[in-house]
Amino acid sequence: MTKNNIANAELYKETLLAGLWRENPVFRLLLGMCPTLAVTAAVKPALTMGLCVIFVLVCSNIVVSLMRNLLKPHLRILIFTLTISTFVTIADLFLKAFQPRMSEILGPYVPLIIVNCIIICRAEACASKNTLIVSIIDALGMGAGFTLTLCVLAGVRELLSTGAIFEIQIFALAKTGGWFEPWLAMSMPVGAFITLGLLLGLVNAATSKKA
Amino acid sequence: MDTLNILIMGFISIVIVNNLVFTKFLGICPYLGVSGRIDMAFGMGMAVTFVVTLSGTLTWLIDHLILMGTALEVTRYVCFILVIAGAVQLVEMYVRKFFPGLYESFGIFLPLITTNCAILGLCLFINLWEIDNLLEAVVLSFGAGIGFTMAICIMAGIRENLNLADVPACLKGAPITLITAGILALAFMGFAGMIR
Repeated sequence: MTKNNIANAELYKETLLAGLWRENPVFRLLLGMCPTLAVTAAVKPALTMGLCVIFVLVCSNIVVSLMRNLLKPHLRILIFTLTISTFVTIADLFLKAFQPRMSEILGPYVPLIIVNCIIICRAEACASKNTLIVSIIDALGMGAGFTLTLCVLAGVRELLSTGAIFEIQIFALAKTGGWFEPWLAMSMPVGAFITLGLLLGLVNAATSKKA
Repeated sequence: MDTLNILIMGFISIVIVNNLVFTKFLGICPYLGVSGRIDMAFGMGMAVTFVVTLSGTLTWLIDHLILMGTALEVTRYVCFILVIAGAVQLVEMYVRKFFPGLYESFGIFLPLITTNCAILGLCLFINLWEIDNLLEAVVLSFGAGIGFTMAICIMAGIRENLNLADVPACLKGAPITLITAGILALAFMGFAGMIR
């Protein structure tokens, strides 16, 4: 293995890990808030959403990276959105065909991936400047970071609102003789805003202590 | 009389009961980004209102007259985003020409209206709720804009006062804004179920 290869491998690892924590799209960059808040009432839809975003992110990064030398500056945002909306249409049709129940729950939030700032931000900040492989790895890292964050948030909310995670009961419910009284507010918009706010605060506190 | 009733009810419902920001989580990005000062928030709200009315109407027309007629519903999302991008371009040119001061203070946020989920979201919701009447679509789009303006102005007013409050260091900025939004959403939950 040559030195160049090792340096490349380092760069790839660095890019992949950046998306997971250091530049985590939700916690650090504050991107893609709308789906983060809207689909995190339970883990399953959150996971589906995360996978859709990974798919669209990877595909659009590939396409944008391949045509980065042909792009005209004033037209690039338009081209990005068109590319993204094409792949979102594919993802949406796929969900409708194979996961009709999920598609119903997610509703308009799947097409809303088009305007998810993460994807356009990565196209602009990474794919339009880097080679194909770096763009793909960046997309995977960012997508994984986004999915992970979504699942954490959804886990907290689902646990507090129904006492279950991934529809598996963890806390015994009060109405079946247990102790846990479902905290309904958590499954409503209120819960989304406040949980995300507190989680952000927690992440801020954790990182500021380390520094 | 009946139509008028439906229109008024629809308007109130989209402004208060089904407010896009507090119940549908749409338009959170500009909501967090621009709600620092009340005059900017109001300008942003007006720009969004204009774009959303324009694009809501246009997408309804395109959807019903062209796409549904020719079975091209698959290309719906692509068409919608093109219409919105065009409408934003129009507003940008208008604001730059007639309100240069406002244009300066918006900075990056004006072109970002294109990726404001509230606008695409509303176009999709109009489609989802199966609104089959042009007038109703126009009223709903306009109401959505007003609702967004109201939400962002309330938030800006609170945040101007929040600057003076003693907030824990780790909650400064976005976290406290989100928590405030949560409490506001709680207040708006009181309207739930009033209409529809």
